Amino acid sequence: MKKEIIIAGFGGQGVLSMGKILAYAGLLQGKEVTWMPAYGPEQRGGTANVTVILSDDRISSPILQQFDIAIVLNQPSMDKFEPRVKPGGVLIYDPNGMTREPARKDITIYKVTATETAIAMNAQKTFNMIILGGLLKIAPIVDMEYVMLGLKKSLPERHHHLLAANELAMQQGAKIIEKIN
Amino acid sequence: MEDFKLMKGNEAIAHAAVRCGADGYFGYPITPQSEVMETLMELKPWETTGMVVLQAESEVAAINMVYGGAGCGKKVMTSSSSPGMSLKQEGISYIASAELPCLIVNVMRGGPGLGTIQPSQADYFQAVKGGGHGDYRLIVLAPSTVQEMADFVGLGFDLAFKYQNPAMILADGIVGQMMEKVVLPPFKPRRTEEEVRQECPWGTTGKLPNRKRNIITSLALEAEVMENINLKLQAKYREIEKNEVRFEAHQCEDADYVLVAFGSIARICEKAMEMAREEGYKVGVLRPITLFPFPTNPIKELSQKVKGFLTVEMSAGQMVEDVRLTVNGTVPVEFYGRMGGIVPSAEEILAALKEKLIK
Repeated sequence: MKKEIIIAGFGGQGVLSMGKILAYAGLLQGKEVTWMPAYGPEQRGGTANVTVILSDDRISSPILQQFDIAIVLNQPSMDKFEPRVKPGGVLIYDPNGMTREPARKDITIYKVTATETAIAMNAQKTFNMIILGGLLKIAPIVDMEYVMLGLKKSLPERHHHLLAANELAMQQGAKIIEKIN
Repeated sequence: MEDFKLMKGNEAIAHAAVRCGADGYFGYPITPQSEVMETLMELKPWETTGMVVLQAESEVAAINMVYGGAGCGKKVMTSSSSPGMSLKQEGISYIASAELPCLIVNVMRGGPGLGTIQPSQADYFQAVKGGGHGDYRLIVLAPSTVQEMADFVGLGFDLAFKYQNPAMILADGIVGQMMEKVVLPPFKPRRTEEEVRQECPWGTTGKLPNRKRNIITSLALEAEVMENINLKLQAKYREIEKNEVRFEAHQCEDADYVLVAFGSIARICEKAMEMAREEGYKVGVLRPITLFPFPTNPIKELSQKVKGFLTVEMSAGQMVEDVRLTVNGTVPVEFYGRMGGIVPSAEEILAALKEKLIK
């Protein structure tokens, strides 16, 4: 098993931390993992992205042109990464603030209304965990218990009282993810 | 299960430095390697092992602090990225001339000039051919994984002390910024003053009544003396070439074409190799781990049986000159590279291989 994933959106949406939790979970489950952020000026200017690879075998390139799964959380990211999903792959997006729907016919497209849901839950900061919950529902790459462990490892101890809220957000994400094609 | 950590290459360097018993780190921040000093500051090793971590007022100051520490036989290091490394060159030349051990880390970014902060490999010439003045060599290690970032700290120090020569970890923004799983080296205590005196009888550790003063200098005004120093250095470099070559070969046994690349680009080449093999082309990857000493023999041996080499670098073509010197015209040695912080993709590399060699 090998999954090549890109997560892209605005800085501040929790794109890098979502990738980190995923990578941690993979590591704890005994997989090979790489987490490669775009650390250049684009990170400072607004859009952030991270490539996460989880594999049972040694990982060669940490930098990729094409992905099994693309999670796009703003329009520039959709424009950049929709064409780079492998045929037969998966695109996950949040329609909030998007000016167009994804158009590919040869990939499976899922919608997660995470921004809306996070506001409704009065827990805007768990936005990325709603997305992650959705991802793990349709692509169970890692087990939930390892995700919770990974979360615990990547959250500083002073934030550990937020673990339950994050778990709830993931459950909500799993509920609301919706296939649109 | 082994104790795996998930961390960036830069963070791994910091952890490994403390764990291998380093005495001091002197640096000045610059992207993409600032996490080295940041992590050291968080680890606060001065409270545990007694290791000194100091943000100097400039790169020039930092390398001269390394010069001073190394002269006392201490295990000292610095890190920077390309523009900062240019500033350190005078100090590095002095340290090499004075035959002092130290570890220098360069996490390369796009140049020339202040350039960009994205990954590059365009400091190969600077690192491998002697970036400062005079005939000297560094022992240059090129990591391609976070694990190697951690491992090469201890290895770099060991080689530096074995040969009384500065060692360099030549990484790039990818290995510096990427997180992977890593097993950190076991804790090793810092050497005691007595151990330092024994291991480094040349060090300025305080004159004892039973020996002459130790003088650390790179100045020898008499040409004959300076030539002898040079001859001694050259003999040492030949010894290093004989003993310390390290490389990794992937699927080179049956290969018709071999990609030669170092650091993170070697991994992208591996991906290109996987894609090429799926299309039925017999492609291998040779990754020099030591850039000095360069793995001439394995490349020479391969040149007897392959149809050609493609050297891939994030530069205008620097290591390719050493590959060409080694192959010496037996088979074609082509080059593909991107510059200024652009990372070539596996698809591009495969296309270049087909265009330039397979045809």
